Amino acid sequence: MSLISIEEVSVRYGDAQALDRVSLAVEEGEIAALIGANGAGKTSLIRAVSGIVPLAGGRVVFRGQDITGWPSHRIADLGIGQVAEGRQVFPTLTVEENLRMGAFLPRARAKLAPTLERIYGLFPRLAERRRQTAGTLSGGEQQMLAIGRCLMGQPDLIMFDEPSLGLAPTVVQEVFRTIRRLNEDGMTILLVEQNVAQSLRLAGHAAVLEQGRVTLTGTGAGLLADDRVRQAYLGL
Amino acid sequence: MTVYLDIVASGVLTGLVYGLMALGLSVIFGVVRVVNFAHGELTVAAMYMAWVLAGSLGVDPILTLPLIAAALFAVGYALQRHLVEPFIGRPEHEQFMLLLAVSIIMLNGLLLAFGPDARHVPVDYAYDSIELGPMLLDTVRVYAAAAAVALALGLYLFFRFTDLGTAIRACADNLLGAQVVGLDVRRLYALAFGLGCALVGASGTLMVLMRDATPILAVQLTLLAFIVVIIGGLGSMAGALVGGVLIGVSEALAGFVLMPSLKSLFSYGLLILVLLLRPEGLMGRRA
Repeated sequence: MSLISIEEVSVRYGDAQALDRVSLAVEEGEIAALIGANGAGKTSLIRAVSGIVPLAGGRVVFRGQDITGWPSHRIADLGIGQVAEGRQVFPTLTVEENLRMGAFLPRARAKLAPTLERIYGLFPRLAERRRQTAGTLSGGEQQMLAIGRCLMGQPDLIMFDEPSLGLAPTVVQEVFRTIRRLNEDGMTILLVEQNVAQSLRLAGHAAVLEQGRVTLTGTGAGLLADDRVRQAYLGL
Repeated sequence: MTVYLDIVASGVLTGLVYGLMALGLSVIFGVVRVVNFAHGELTVAAMYMAWVLAGSLGVDPILTLPLIAAALFAVGYALQRHLVEPFIGRPEHEQFMLLLAVSIIMLNGLLLAFGPDARHVPVDYAYDSIELGPMLLDTVRVYAAAAAVALALGLYLFFRFTDLGTAIRACADNLLGAQVVGLDVRRLYALAFGLGCALVGASGTLMVLMRDATPILAVQLTLLAFIVVIIGGLGSMAGALVGGVLIGVSEALAGFVLMPSLKSLFSYGLLILVLLLRPEGLMGRRA
C-alpha cells in the first residue's frame, strides 16, 4: 500500500482548470518527484493534498484513509507536512517562535523540546539566530527555517514545493543534501521542482506534469534518460 | 496652571479607556483583516450590560467586567464563526456592508430594548478624587484607566508569551504560512475576533463609569475607535493606546479651552493632520 495515493484529482480556480485528473502515488520511505514547468499545476497539487484548496474531483488517500475534503489543520495533524513555495515563514515572529508554531499540532506538542534541539543540531545557523525575526534571515536561512518548522510537526510525509527557487547555487546544493539526508533517515518525500535534473537524480518514482495533466511517469533514472524529458526540460 | 495639569491628566486617563476600545478594533483588523463597523454598538451593548447588572444586582461595574468581557468574547467568537467567516476572501465592500448591517441592527436592537434615554450607573466613589502631587484626579477615571492599562498589559503578555497568542500573530503575519503548518485558522480567527470583542466589553464597562449609556453613543464610539487606531497606527498595540491618550487629551483640552461640543473638531483635525503627515500612523509601520 502506498503511503499516499492521489487519485484522479482535479482542481479548478473559477473557469481555469489547474489540475485535470492527476494521479500519483508515493511509497513509504521513497522520494517521489513531480516535475514540470512553471504553471503546470505543481503547487495546486500540493495545496489540494494539504486541504488548502478544495478538490473539484478525485480523492486523496493517506495510509488507507480517504482524507478528501478534510480541513488543512486535520490533514497536517495526520502527518502530512509541507515546505511551501516561497518558504512562507512568519516574518515578524522570531526563528524560535516560527519553529514552535510548527509544533502547534496536537500530534507534535509533546515532542516540542527535543525536536527543537534536534533541529538546532541539524541547522546550527537557526540556533545562532533563534531570537532574530524570520524576516531578517537570508533566503537560504529562511528555507532552512521552513524545513525545520515542518519537521517540528513530526510529519511522516513532507511535500517540498520548489525548495530551490530563488536560492543561490551553493544553497540549492545544501537544500538537496538536506532532502537526501532526511530521506536516508526514513522520511517519505514528495518533491515538486523545476530543477529537473537534480530532482530526478534523487527520486525513486517521478512524474511529469504539463498543463495540469500527468504526461509521463517512470523511475527517476528512467525519466532522466527519456528523450522527451531531456529535450523539454534539460535542453539536451 | 494646575487646572491645565488636571485636565491633561483627566484626558490621559479617559484616553487610556478609549485606547483599550481601539485596541479591540486593532486586534480584529490586524488578524482577521475585517473592519468591525459594529465596534461602537458592541461597546454600548457592554455599557448596558453593566447598567443592568448594576441596577438589578447592585454590583459595581468594575466587578462585573470579567463577566461582560466573557459575554462579549462569546458574541465575537460566534459573530466571526457564523457571520463573518463566509465573507472572508470576498470583496471588501461586501464585508463592509455586512458589518454595517450588523451595526445598524444592533443599534436598533439597543433602541428597542433600552429606549433612547441616557442611563447612568451610580457608584459610591463617583465624586471622589485622588490627590497626586499637584493634581486632583477623579477616582472613577483612575480606576478605569488602571484597569485599561492592566488589560492591555495582559493582552501584550498573551500575544508575546503564549503559544496560542503566538499562533494568532502567526495568522496575522502570513495566512498561507499558518495553513501550511496546520494551524486551525478559522478557530484562531474566531478567537481573535472574540478577543477584540472582549476588549470592547471591558472598555464599555469602564466607559460607563465616565459616561451615560445611550444607543446613539455607539456611532460616535465606532468613529472614535477608528480615529484612535488610524492616529496610533493600524496593527500597532502601543499605537492604539498612544492614539487613545492623544484623543483623550485633545478632547479634554478642547472641552475646557473652547467648549465641550467642539471637542470632535480637535479629534478630527488631529486625524487629518496624521493622515497628511504620517499616513501609517504614529506607531504604524510603513506598508
